[in-house]
Amino acid sequence: MSTADQRSGPAELSRRANRLRGRVLRAIHLAGAGHTGGSLSCLDLLTILYHRVLRIDPAHPGDPARDRYIQSKGHSVEALYVVLASRGFFPDADLDTLCRYRSPLVGHPTRKTPGIEQNTGALGHGLSVAAGMALGARLGPHPFNVYCLLGDGELAEGSNWEAALCAAHHRLDNLTAIIDHNGLQITGAVREVMNVEPLADKWRAFGWEVREVDGHDFETLCGTFDALPFAPGKPSLILAHTIKGRGVSFMENQAGWHHRVPKEDELRAALAELESTAATPAPHGH
Amino acid sequence: MATEVAADPAHGLANQDVFSATLLELARANPDILVVTSDSRGSGKLVPFGRELPGQLIEVGIAEQNLVGVAAGLASTGKKVFAVSPACFLTARSLEQIKNDVCYSDHPVVLVGISAGVSYGALGSTHHSLHDFAALRAIHNLTLAAPADNWETRGAVHAAAAAPKPVYLRFGKRPVPHLHCEPAEPFAFGRAYRLHDGDDLAFLATGETVPRALGACRRLASEGIHARLLGVPTLRPLDEAALLDAARTCAAVITVEEHSVHGGLGEAVASLLLHHRLAPAFRIVGIPDEDTVTGSQEEIFNHYGISPEGLAQTARDLLRP
Repeated sequence: MSTADQRSGPAELSRRANRLRGRVLRAIHLAGAGHTGGSLSCLDLLTILYHRVLRIDPAHPGDPARDRYIQSKGHSVEALYVVLASRGFFPDADLDTLCRYRSPLVGHPTRKTPGIEQNTGALGHGLSVAAGMALGARLGPHPFNVYCLLGDGELAEGSNWEAALCAAHHRLDNLTAIIDHNGLQITGAVREVMNVEPLADKWRAFGWEVREVDGHDFETLCGTFDALPFAPGKPSLILAHTIKGRGVSFMENQAGWHHRVPKEDELRAALAELESTAATPAPHGH
Repeated sequence: MATEVAADPAHGLANQDVFSATLLELARANPDILVVTSDSRGSGKLVPFGRELPGQLIEVGIAEQNLVGVAAGLASTGKKVFAVSPACFLTARSLEQIKNDVCYSDHPVVLVGISAGVSYGALGSTHHSLHDFAALRAIHNLTLAAPADNWETRGAVHAAAAAPKPVYLRFGKRPVPHLHCEPAEPFAFGRAYRLHDGDDLAFLATGETVPRALGACRRLASEGIHARLLGVPTLRPLDEAALLDAARTCAAVITVEEHSVHGGLGEAVASLLLHHRLAPAFRIVGIPDEDTVTGSQEEIFNHYGISPEGLAQTARDLLRP
């Protein structure tokens, strides 16, 4: 399995993520649709997964020994498409077909797109499928790791907790769930819509080994992903504290940007801000 | 009633028993065949399977949504997965997982609805699946089959194990009579089977109602009415040629199913016939749109006219000028 382009370091990942943020915003602007805030909150996590962690080869997307990534919070598909294109799964120009008539780039992930493993978009589905994949990996003949990205608002879906029980019961230490914990969902603050806290305690109680991290700090993230699995015989959970709309000051922490599409002037301002961020040392933490 | 059609063939086993025995045979030879259960190995007759091949049975507890998601994930890694749970829960509680994780994502899971229809009898409507054909017919990329006897069951399990696409099978828990005595060809999805010859009217029946319809054919024969019986184990794809031929040849068509009269075999056939400008005298016999009567499967069948005499009377009424 080729690992070309993997093991990027924190500084390189940070620079790349900054560029990809701009690409996400341009794709959403052109499509006139998309989940802006959530795509920006999980983009750093996807960048590290696809450019450091996952053992994948875009030239052989069906390799049975590849690692699997399942995006349970399927609405942030724009970030996934941009990262897949950056990893070489399909040409960057295809991003301009997002949501167009007959485009394979549907408004939620589908296996029509090279590199995508599972059709998601209805919330609360990904972790069960990921657990099934992790069971399959353990049964062989090809061992691999499985990663699943969950939203925090998504955790109100009870099916997540069925999957959480199952993964711990079956001791799936080849499975890692990552929560994009930006604290906001479409209606407002997660803790006001349906409080899911205390998340770390809940997952520990369900039998998972938990690490809490700053989901935008690449130094910490690299160390955290490198330490997987966190404990033998237990599934791993990365509770990543993130900022919805991360990287664009007027989008940050605004539930209104859940699926708002940037207008021409907003896009220009956002891209200018991302460019000026790129010119300064990569920020850590928040 | 089953006892009335037992004149020739000896009674077989419950289809569920044949399902589990067939699956065990297949799984012995193929370690990639897996069963996923939701605390349902007992009702699925899978205890011997779990005892003999414990590494090929995965238990997920009473969590049907997770059952189907896990099955989809396993299937994506090249395993042949049979997800087994009571049909009532599997096809209602997990409907979104069936739609998205299996069918839309195109993983060739075999979904097995056990104790289907009104098999659970007096346990009530929580445990009945009278909606599954209707719900699943509206979901793209899923073969639907309800085998009638042990031969169809065995054939359907083999066909499902070899299918590159998702399949739903439903089985009942009571012993059923043999219907196919000397089958000329192997079972195939999408085939209807002629189980009684006649050109006056046609019964098109599926699942465990088929022996009742056969009993009706025999009663009518003694009265000089020649009824054709097509067993229709596969609801999708339908054997359109066989069904259209029956509708063109016979003056009346009666569909029979252990399902709501809405959205099942009957409405599928009605749609097919109308699209071909065929309008024979027509009745859909199934469970009507009402609070289902309490009773055993047999009593519920009899109550709603899914019995040899009930179906024969429907035929007489339909043929009356």
